[in-house]
Amino acid sequence: MKIVKIPKKKLDLFASILRQHWEIHAPVEQNGRYAFKPLTHWSEARLHYNRTILPPKKYFMPPRETMFHYREGKGYVPAQEELDQRLILFGVHPCDIYAINILDEVFGGKYNDPYFQTRRKNIGIIGVDCTPDEHCFCRSMRADTVEKGFDLFFTDLGEEYMTLVGTSLGDDMVLMAAPLFEPITAADIQKYKQVSSEKRQAFSLDVEIHDLPEIFELEYKSEIWDELGDQCLSCGSCSMVCPTCYCYDVADTVELGSKAGDRVRTWDSCLFHTHALVAGGENFREKRSSRIKNRFYHKQRGMVAEYGRPSCVGCGRCIVGCPVHIDIVQVINRLRGEDHANRG
Amino acid sequence: MLIADEKTVKTPVLADNPYQPHLARIVRIFKMVPDNHLFTLRFEDQWTAERFKHRPGQFMMLSVPGAGEAPISISSSPTRPGVLELCVRRVGRVTDALYRMQTNDVVGLRGPYGNGFPIETLIGNDLLIVAGGLGMAPLRSLVWWALDHRDKFKKITLMYGAKNPAEMLYRDELVSLADRSDMQCLLIVDRDPTGQWKHHVGLLPTLFDHADINPATTYAAVCGPPVVYKYILQRLLALNFSKDRILMSLERRMKCGVGKCSHCSVGYKYTCIHGPIFTYWDAINLPELV
Ligand SMILES: Cc1cc2nc3c(=O)[nH]c(=O)nc-3n(C[C@H](O)[C@H](O)[C@H](O)COP(=O)(O)OP(=O)(O)OC[C@H]3O[C@@H](n4cnc5c(N)ncnc54)[C@H](O)[C@@H]3O)c2cc1C
Ligand code: SF4
Ligand code: SF4
Ligand code: FES
Repeated sequence: MKIVKIPKKKLDLFASILRQHWEIHAPVEQNGRYAFKPLTHWSEARLHYNRTILPPKKYFMPPRETMFHYREGKGYVPAQEELDQRLILFGVHPCDIYAINILDEVFGGKYNDPYFQTRRKNIGIIGVDCTPDEHCFCRSMRADTVEKGFDLFFTDLGEEYMTLVGTSLGDDMVLMAAPLFEPITAADIQKYKQVSSEKRQAFSLDVEIHDLPEIFELEYKSEIWDELGDQCLSCGSCSMVCPTCYCYDVADTVELGSKAGDRVRTWDSCLFHTHALVAGGENFREKRSSRIKNRFYHKQRGMVAEYGRPSCVGCGRCIVGCPVHIDIVQVINRLRGEDHANRG
Repeated sequence: MLIADEKTVKTPVLADNPYQPHLARIVRIFKMVPDNHLFTLRFEDQWTAERFKHRPGQFMMLSVPGAGEAPISISSSPTRPGVLELCVRRVGRVTDALYRMQTNDVVGLRGPYGNGFPIETLIGNDLLIVAGGLGMAPLRSLVWWALDHRDKFKKITLMYGAKNPAEMLYRDELVSLADRSDMQCLLIVDRDPTGQWKHHVGLLPTLFDHADINPATTYAAVCGPPVVYKYILQRLLALNFSKDRILMSLERRMKCGVGKCSHCSVGYKYTCIHGPIFTYWDAINLPELV
């Protein structure tokens, strides 16, 4: 892999070169929290941040997306107006890149989702390394580092960013701004190793995922699920903020007074009461406890069967976002009978 | 600049879009049973029509313009190609809108989806098909497939139960099957208000008293409301059926049909791609399946 570095003070220059070809979106601060937003000035970008409120999935599967326009005589015409938007996400954390890689698998395979795939092709990703806070457990989920899914990846070495070049597009970005980049030195490599080991030691949360599928099977009837069901409000926040939750709903809208309309998909949550409702009012997950169990089970057990790894990347968003403080790490540790293992 | 432009591939959406409904014309509406009509459809586009292939047990996503999409089993057999028959029960938004349509109106269809019945495995065995109520819809495809390949199976037994003769799907067709000597077609109704019914009256599981089923050589395909599964499974297990010789067709809410939206998940499987046909063994190993 090609590895170079760029001095921090030249980042704004780099950004201005990229902006000749792409719209740049980066984490921007809003009342102490962060969100990916289009930049008007490079100075708004925050490359040191804990987590954005919504993960970058909002760019690849927007909360609301028109799939087809229905026109009489023409039938269902794919909506592609928004798909050609060309942009770069600058400052994506490893766990979030990892999550996008998981979504690649979900939206790929035998039935390719062309909306997701087209956006994925049209959106460049510049990753940036981070320091874990008290809610991060990406290391336990093996998503604290990522080896693909980005065009460039930046690691903070103090005065400069070490830059991994992940794709030929990333290489083009570097070549476009060639004078800004420098080769790395032996000292940089030493510094990188130091940063990496400091990051490793900064984690305060840990869960063991090794035999989690078996633990989930064994604890399928655990009363923990009933307890969680009593607390959970079915608000769906945990799904909305999760970088790997991809459930969606589809509905048709009709333009007033005509036979034309749109087919629109929107984010959905398996925590919503109607998620598994079928004809005759039969609801396969009537109880909240069974719905919350389904979310954990699908992430930590189901995805292992289907894709070989849990779909949780340990970003901590659902822990921060749950109004009743349901904490995935605590739940797993309790299921394992190790609830004393972490903060308590 | 070249490099940046190459990044924006002109959208391939039109080319290969699994969500694309293809227009299909309603060529016939048969009012089989009140609120259970049989719609015969033909793809508008000859190319799509010619390339269309399905297997018994698969389903289509049916679009009614302005109303939405719904998964509907293919009721016709692949051995009778050219048109598709869908037996649709009127229950809500999409199906209501379909019932407002007339012959020659246009709907959208995509598919076929789902695994369908493992016909390669079934071949050479006895076949027992058990349906309750609307459960006949997905099984009818299998019935005709098997009858059109009669030499590929040993014994064929069909058991079908409905509330009363007026609510029996494909009644005339099935009644005529009862005359066939190369299969056993057992029909039963809970009640017979007409007094004209010449077949069985009572509950579906009692039909087992009239059939001679060898569990070692038989595959059983079952579809119906939950209560049917409950009692039929009891019967089959009492006969000592091996759990992977029992096949069931399941329904879940579906939004995409292609394993993306998660609506149809059961445990860690998706009904739309891993199913809708599951063995009973799958079922007991997946929480929430039945
Ligand atoms: C694999 C499969 C095969 C099916 N085959 C047939 C068939 O051959 N004929 C037929 O009439 N129906 C079939 N169904 C059921 C059919 O899909 C639903 O009745 C239909 O989606 C209802 O759509 P609607 O918009 O008319 O009703 P809605 O307005 O969406 O809802 C009306 C009621 O139906 C429920 N419902 C919504 N979606 C489903 C669903 N996917 N399955 C069951 N209930 C649902 C709702 O919860 C509500 O109670 C099948 C379903 C599946 C999953
Ligand atoms: S489940 Fe929670 S911690 Fe895991 S990826 Fe989703 S939001 Fe992040
Ligand atoms: S965020 Fe918390 S309360 Fe809301 S649905 Fe998720 S677990 Fe339940
Ligand atoms: S219907 Fe969308 S995943 Fe099965």
